[in-house]
Amino acid sequence: MRDPILTIDGLDAHYGDFQALYGVSLTVEPGEVVAVIGANGAGKTTLLRSICGLLRNTPSAIRWHDKPIGALRADQIAQHGIALVPEGRLLFPSLSVEENLIIGGQSGRTGPWTLERVYTLFPVLKERRNQASTSLSGGQQQMVAIGRALMSNPDLVLMDEISLGLAPVIIRQIYEALPGIVGEGLTAVIVEQDISKALSVSSRVYCLQEGRVSLQGHSNTVSREDISRAYFGV
Amino acid sequence: MDWVNAVVQGVLLGGLYALFAAGLSLIFGVMRLVNIAHGDLIVLSAYLALTVTTALGLSPLMALMIVVPGMGLIGYLLQRAILNRTMGEDLLPPLLVTFGLSVIIQNALLMGYTADPQNLQAGDIEIASVEVGSIALGVMPLIVFATAVVVIAALQWMFYHTALGRAFRATSDNQDIAQLMGLNRAHVFGLAMGLSLAVTALAGVFLGIRTSFDPAAGSARLIFGFEAVIIGGLGNLWGTLAGGVILGVAQTLGAKINPGYQILAGHIVFLVILAIRPRGLFPRIDG
Repeated sequence: MRDPILTIDGLDAHYGDFQALYGVSLTVEPGEVVAVIGANGAGKTTLLRSICGLLRNTPSAIRWHDKPIGALRADQIAQHGIALVPEGRLLFPSLSVEENLIIGGQSGRTGPWTLERVYTLFPVLKERRNQASTSLSGGQQQMVAIGRALMSNPDLVLMDEISLGLAPVIIRQIYEALPGIVGEGLTAVIVEQDISKALSVSSRVYCLQEGRVSLQGHSNTVSREDISRAYFGV
Repeated sequence: MDWVNAVVQGVLLGGLYALFAAGLSLIFGVMRLVNIAHGDLIVLSAYLALTVTTALGLSPLMALMIVVPGMGLIGYLLQRAILNRTMGEDLLPPLLVTFGLSVIIQNALLMGYTADPQNLQAGDIEIASVEVGSIALGVMPLIVFATAVVVIAALQWMFYHTALGRAFRATSDNQDIAQLMGLNRAHVFGLAMGLSLAVTALAGVFLGIRTSFDPAAGSARLIFGFEAVIIGGLGNLWGTLAGGVILGVAQTLGAKINPGYQILAGHIVFLVILAIRPRGLFPRIDG
């Protein structure tokens, strides 16, 4: 077992008075895809928002290469090489497709991902590079959102519900691109509603239930019964 | 011919109003901040220029070399030190803080410079003019108008063709996601305010050359600035120039009818446009 790049240890997260996460612990090793599953409101998105700095926490609750990052701002976390593909894509409507990609790369981190590489991965975006990002279909917007995150050449990419609201054929297309993305030495944490999809692309899986980790294991060995118990708490 | 003359002078005056308005338009567009102190910051720039001209013996136009970067720096520091602490979902706290700032600036100017009206002496250029047909165009108003066009064009170019403009637009769209792109919101807001006050410095110096000013002169300039922004349509810089021109022409035509109607005519045209086109004449097209 290699040293984890991301270590979350006893993370409590709050929205005002409401506590969304209770003592969540999770590790991510370099080069692996970790899936996080769970019912709506289980705290999956809160977990990703905490990692990427949109929700600030105690410094030592989240460590990146053994450096406490829990209290850093989102832009500082981004400079460390953690990128988020947010739920609902959230492209910048005032920016063209290409500008959305360029702004992802403006942090100045170098690596394999360039505008050209993103266009090779998703050729349709090159044809539409000068269009308003809002004029694209949902699937194409998702490609821009993924490309925007890759443009920062992250060491870890967090993907929140990338299949949400997309046609099955588009979902398949995007997931087929995933091995090519992770093959570049990238590590990923994916949050996914579709459990079989989540298990098939990941090496390890965590299940959240009401803000707590209810199950963790290797994606190819966890049983369906364990998952449904962890998912629904029955 | 008198009426043509009034229209032409109004157009040139509109250039000054567009400069009043451009800074307001910029910060509202980037961070939804309504800056009540904007007029007082214009007057503050005029006083800074007065100090620079008397201390260094420079002409007011040369003083711009110091006042413009100086106000830019003040804007950045003001945003980072004070205004950023008030920014959030609610538009009201920053608005109230800038209202307080307005009172502070006025009183500080009163203490520092007394209530006596001042003006900036630019020398012969103030009374120079060129004849076009039977109309005499003042050289200063022409310089002011040309500056307004250049400033608006430069801001427009900056917004759509530079990394800074991209950062401004992205932050305006969605602050959280812009932050995820490695953009520090506090810094981006600081730059926007710095740029806004650099433009304000131009407006203040031109105001001081055109007319006399005193510490309480800011509020009328704030109103003219707001009117130009709203006539043109929020978030549209060329619209802001058009709004300034419409306001300027309305005022000079009003003054032509009766000198007492100058300010009133501008306000009436503003109200009529607001009633007919609540989003302004050239609103930004967005979803």
